[in-house]
Amino acid sequence: MIDKKIMALSLGQIGEMVLYIGLGVLFLELMLFLVGKLTKAKNMLTWMLLAPAIVGILVLVVWPLLFEVSLAFSNMNLRTFKHPEFGILQGLSNFARVFTKPVLKQTYFFPIFLRTILWTVVQVTAHVTIGLGLAILLNRPMFLKNIYKAILILPWAIPDIISGLAWRGEFHYEYGVFNILLTKLGAEPIPWKADPVWNFVAMNITNIWLGVPFMMIIALGGLQSISKEYYEAADMDGATSWNKFSNITLPLLKPILTPSIILGVIWTFNNFNVPYFINQNELESSDILVTALFRSAFEYNQYGFAAAFAMVIFAILLVFSIWYIKVTGGLKGVRES
Amino acid sequence: MNIKNNVLFRRKMGHDSIAFRIFTHIVLIIACVIAIFPVLRVLSVSLRPGDRLLSTSLRIIPEGATLDNYRDVLFKKDFFLWLWNSVLISVSTAFIGLMLAATSAYAFSRWNFKGKKAGLVFLLSTQMIPATMMMVPLYILAARFGFINTYRGLVLAYSVGSIPFSVWMLKGYYDTIPNTLEEAAMIDGATRMQTFYRIILPLALPGLSIAFLFNFMNSWKDFLLARIMLQKDFLFTWPLGLQQLQGQFRTAWGMFAAASILVAIPVVALFIYTSRYLVSGLTLGSVKGD
Repeated sequence: MIDKKIMALSLGQIGEMVLYIGLGVLFLELMLFLVGKLTKAKNMLTWMLLAPAIVGILVLVVWPLLFEVSLAFSNMNLRTFKHPEFGILQGLSNFARVFTKPVLKQTYFFPIFLRTILWTVVQVTAHVTIGLGLAILLNRPMFLKNIYKAILILPWAIPDIISGLAWRGEFHYEYGVFNILLTKLGAEPIPWKADPVWNFVAMNITNIWLGVPFMMIIALGGLQSISKEYYEAADMDGATSWNKFSNITLPLLKPILTPSIILGVIWTFNNFNVPYFINQNELESSDILVTALFRSAFEYNQYGFAAAFAMVIFAILLVFSIWYIKVTGGLKGVRES
Repeated sequence: MNIKNNVLFRRKMGHDSIAFRIFTHIVLIIACVIAIFPVLRVLSVSLRPGDRLLSTSLRIIPEGATLDNYRDVLFKKDFFLWLWNSVLISVSTAFIGLMLAATSAYAFSRWNFKGKKAGLVFLLSTQMIPATMMMVPLYILAARFGFINTYRGLVLAYSVGSIPFSVWMLKGYYDTIPNTLEEAAMIDGATRMQTFYRIILPLALPGLSIAFLFNFMNSWKDFLLARIMLQKDFLFTWPLGLQQLQGQFRTAWGMFAAASILVAIPVVALFIYTSRYLVSGLTLGSVKGD
């Protein structure tokens, strides 16, 4: 079934790397131990525990990030891959290009940016409202509750490359389920893949399907932690359902929903798989920022420009996160710990 | 507990009118149909005989249902090879990542040191960096060091990439284990490391297994990094293989569907089995913040 040689090759490659990482960690710990012994430093054990992770993150997160910053100031592309030129001027022209020229072949930065915002707002709103709605319906003793729950988290459990590609099939002009249903109802089939607007709608349908379960589960966890006594007290005071929802449920859910919404916004903003797979015909008009970034780097091989583009996207996310944390006090628990 | 639940149950049921209960079930049934329908469609495509792969029929069990697609994808394509590659990479990276995170999280949970808060916030903020943004530098660095078309870069990137999230989760878990257990052991003469291995790790086993599962899933499902790092067919992980099948839409649609079902079943089973722990793992940190 599998060629023994290829099996041995992959096993060898993994084994080699695991061995190197092991030896590296061992060496690091030994050095720190010796330094600790020599300098009689008190909390060397703490640093020995932290060191492998710190080194790992320096090598794999911090270094590439700094490298990315320097790339933004280079003219690296496919031709200059081996010997790129670095320079402030080059960087300025990269950043200027992000805003003044098409980032891909036709589309400019701002339309993509607006589309990304629209995409994120539509998605997170849909995920939270539908997820919370389902969670509220599920948060009561009822017949078949566990079966509903198991089915409803299904979209979350399926690897998203499978669901992404499967949904792409469903948007097929002739054989996809939507157009079959439309044709049966006597309507015109929709060109999901060829028309920019419908392609964007298709992306949104797919991702709502994918994202609701996560919010539903989070909201359900939050709802279960709210004591029933609040509702009983409210009932005695004759509160309406809406009163109970807006004065008890929402405020008490806030500490759980806030971090999930931040995560949801960041995940959606950065969602690569769904827009990339649904946008089969590479319509620039339904790219969002991260897919446009991927294309400019790996389809047009504009590495220097893509790095500058990436810094712009990162800055947007950073500003958003700081603003959001300020406004909601969302990560209070994080700072205290 | 049981009696109390029963009382609550009855009272609660008394609250909801029959109309509301019917409404609830109708909404939930519609939601379930939407959730499960695409999956059933994939199943249906996987069972279609070759001459009817493209069809406008909406039947779930197609006419002349056959397992041919399963046989073809298993024995005519490199399905087993893709799985083997994916399992190797995912298991080893999940394990390395967990070991690196388990010790760091312990330090974060039990000691106060300079830069602790900054470190935790930094770990969290690394999660905000878009994966796509890291692809360019990672690809170029990997190319410079000859890591393209090997598993070196992938193993390194996956195992280190999982550290921030694992540290956060495990720190939360360790925090719930009382300090007194270790103090007692240390009075009996155990060293710090002994208390860690003998007391903390066994007690944190549920947390560790969730972190392992998360790490495993991250590398198991990854498409982006693998797509950039691996260009040779025999190195492909299953997401790359599957994408290739679907790329040749007309010929391999049935095999794609069959392969999807084969990959998804164990994942879904594992996921549903562990979902209750997933939730507590995810919400632990935020609940604690109050």
